[in-house]
Amino acid sequence: MESNELNSPDYEIPPELQAQVSITSLDKIYNWGRSASVWPLMFGLACCAIEMICAAASRFDIARFGMEIMRPSPRQSDLMIISGTVTKKMIPIIVRLYNQMPEPKYVLAMGACASGGGPFKEGYNVVSGVDKFIPVDVYVPGCPPTPQALLNGLMKIQEKIKGESIKTARWYQKGPDMAEIPVPMLGPDLIDPRKITLIQNGKKN
Amino acid sequence: MATPAPAQTLDLSARFPGVLNPDTRPGYSGWILDNANLLKFATALRDELGYDYLSSITAVDYLPEGKMEVVYHVFKTTGGAGVVFKIQVPRADPMEVPSLVSIYPGAELQEREAWDLFGIKFTGHPDLRRILMWEGFAGHPMRKDWHEPYFEEEAKPLKSRWPDGRMIMAESKNLFGDNIAYPDGFNPESQTFDPEKALYEALRTYQKDEVGLDTDHIIVNMGPQHPSTHGVFRVAVVLDGEKIVNLKPVMGYLHRNHEKIGERNTFIMNMPYTDRLDYLSSMSNNFGYALAVEKLMNVKPTERAEYIRVMMAEMTRIASHLMAIGALLNDLGAYFTPMLYALEERELLLDIFEAVSGSRMMCNYFRFGGVARDLPEGTLQKIKGLFFERLPRKIEEIDRFLSENEIIRSRGIGQGVLTAEDAIKYSAAGPLLRASGIPYDVRRAEPYSIYDRFEFDVVVRTNGDIYDRLMVRFDEIRQSIRIVQQAVKQLPNGPVMALKPMYQVRVPPGEAYGRVEGPKGELGFYVISNGKPTPWRYHVRAPSFINLTAFGPICIGLKVADVVAVLGSIDIVLGEVDR
Repeated sequence: MESNELNSPDYEIPPELQAQVSITSLDKIYNWGRSASVWPLMFGLACCAIEMICAAASRFDIARFGMEIMRPSPRQSDLMIISGTVTKKMIPIIVRLYNQMPEPKYVLAMGACASGGGPFKEGYNVVSGVDKFIPVDVYVPGCPPTPQALLNGLMKIQEKIKGESIKTARWYQKGPDMAEIPVPMLGPDLIDPRKITLIQNGKKN
Repeated sequence: MATPAPAQTLDLSARFPGVLNPDTRPGYSGWILDNANLLKFATALRDELGYDYLSSITAVDYLPEGKMEVVYHVFKTTGGAGVVFKIQVPRADPMEVPSLVSIYPGAELQEREAWDLFGIKFTGHPDLRRILMWEGFAGHPMRKDWHEPYFEEEAKPLKSRWPDGRMIMAESKNLFGDNIAYPDGFNPESQTFDPEKALYEALRTYQKDEVGLDTDHIIVNMGPQHPSTHGVFRVAVVLDGEKIVNLKPVMGYLHRNHEKIGERNTFIMNMPYTDRLDYLSSMSNNFGYALAVEKLMNVKPTERAEYIRVMMAEMTRIASHLMAIGALLNDLGAYFTPMLYALEERELLLDIFEAVSGSRMMCNYFRFGGVARDLPEGTLQKIKGLFFERLPRKIEEIDRFLSENEIIRSRGIGQGVLTAEDAIKYSAAGPLLRASGIPYDVRRAEPYSIYDRFEFDVVVRTNGDIYDRLMVRFDEIRQSIRIVQQAVKQLPNGPVMALKPMYQVRVPPGEAYGRVEGPKGELGFYVISNGKPTPWRYHVRAPSFINLTAFGPICIGLKVADVVAVLGSIDIVLGEVDR
């Protein structure tokens, strides 16, 4: 980051110190560090995962954004890229992984399937978009999105990180928002624990 | 294009008098036999007539006729046309058919799939559990009278959206506002069923070693989120120390209902869906589906289109094998560096796909009777530059870097051996089969398209270990380069479509089985048309799914770290395994 971007305005720094000293806000320096070292979860679901690998490989080189360290463990990662079709059989695992990720955490829905079911939406085993269960920060359209589109989505995540403040960030607040997302169950069909009363009252479908 | 040979038809009915009835429905071929004769017939077919390779088992739900049919496609590994035989059972539970696992062990996973999706009970199957859906899922979804929660009508285009073109959220029509439906009176709070129970019970059925110390065996689950399972694949292993004593692949985490959706789609609508089967080799998938439907329509693609098809299919093979090589090395611990070399070349191939079809991965390039559009200007030059100069050199470079590597040799040579007999037995296909010493390649065994015009060798290696599977892929890349070089030289001018472009194709009633040698192995499409705009049955014989039948037997006795290497050498793509 250039010093004129980093420094807060209206503070005079003597010219001889300008190379060594910076006066800035905690938010800015904290967000700068976070946005330039987002570690995605190494987690491929379907076709989009291949384009995600391509984004990490020689031509597109995700490392330019400080994101090349893909962690296989949710405990070490900040960003979950939902790269492919989310199925009913898989969603309990995705929710569990999401719950295991330490905050601050972000979710990027890559491609049509992850965003809303995509071409497979009508299928009996397909979840109509991962946002039915976990909160999504950035949606990347495409089937599959090209690596360029994914990089654009990652830059949107960085923008979002840079706009956050410690005072208002969700994960530093108390409240129901912080609760873990209940893990769906597999029964005769997918059971979302948040919808149990609705299911009990539901008539024959 | 291959059609079941009439010569053998005569031969069979004389050989099995009274057992076989020819399938006389218009457009159909093959034989219909009874439950009681199935095992005897299959044994004789394998042992006396040499049809040793079970390619595909699937079921068809003939709801209007009130019966369910199980269809078997059997071939010889020495080549030639195959035999199709069918069992018909009345459509009333329980529908029982004898299992062929004792004769063709390659039937194991396919029969489980037919049980899962159609509810046909294969009596005598050693481990008949659901495979793609979970235990406890309500109903058998591929039955024609089973409707998904978002069901609107049997066939597309849906009247609610066409011709008016209104946008309707499918959620708005569902009671729960989501893609879910429950049986009558279902109460989720009384749900005590554990979908995993059957798996763990099946895992405990193995021969305990009575010799030596009595040690505790532990069950380890690998996946579905695991960096080396190439997607959302799960392996459940029972370990004695580090030794694997039992292993079960668990799949279905990417089961996105390809066949059910395919039977609602019109014929041409399925073409882009086939891209998403084995998403590393979309052109090959297009090829297989186009062949099957063209066989039904009795259409022949134009000359130029045939050459373009072959070129694209071989490029796909190279791209897919590069990925396989890179991923296997990744699994062996060479983290991402070999992958970078492989992907560099793959990107250049994807550039060509993007130029011809507009998309890097999901090409949707083939049409019935040809290809969607001609090669754009300059593409042929690009292909020439790539295939006459760059690729041959780069493949040798990657080979030089890798094949003498000490770690690859010690992890690969003599490890994870699949013998030739077992490879045939488990219906292994593609590089997995050819690395075990069986020179079986559909391009030679039953040439389709114009493969009989090219000079190339069927690659074969004899040890059947991880290293040979890697080397087979290198050799196949070299052969594919040869084929593309010949095709570029011979490429004629002319149109690329034999038919007028149509929104909806007319497909006469009948059945067809189109098979191609995909990068992962024999890729088959079994399509049944009843004359309507949508296929009555659309089944994919997915090579990476069936190759997993051999995965357990290969791994038993190895150390747990080798599971990853064996899986990498089989080279599965989850889009195709789960469909």
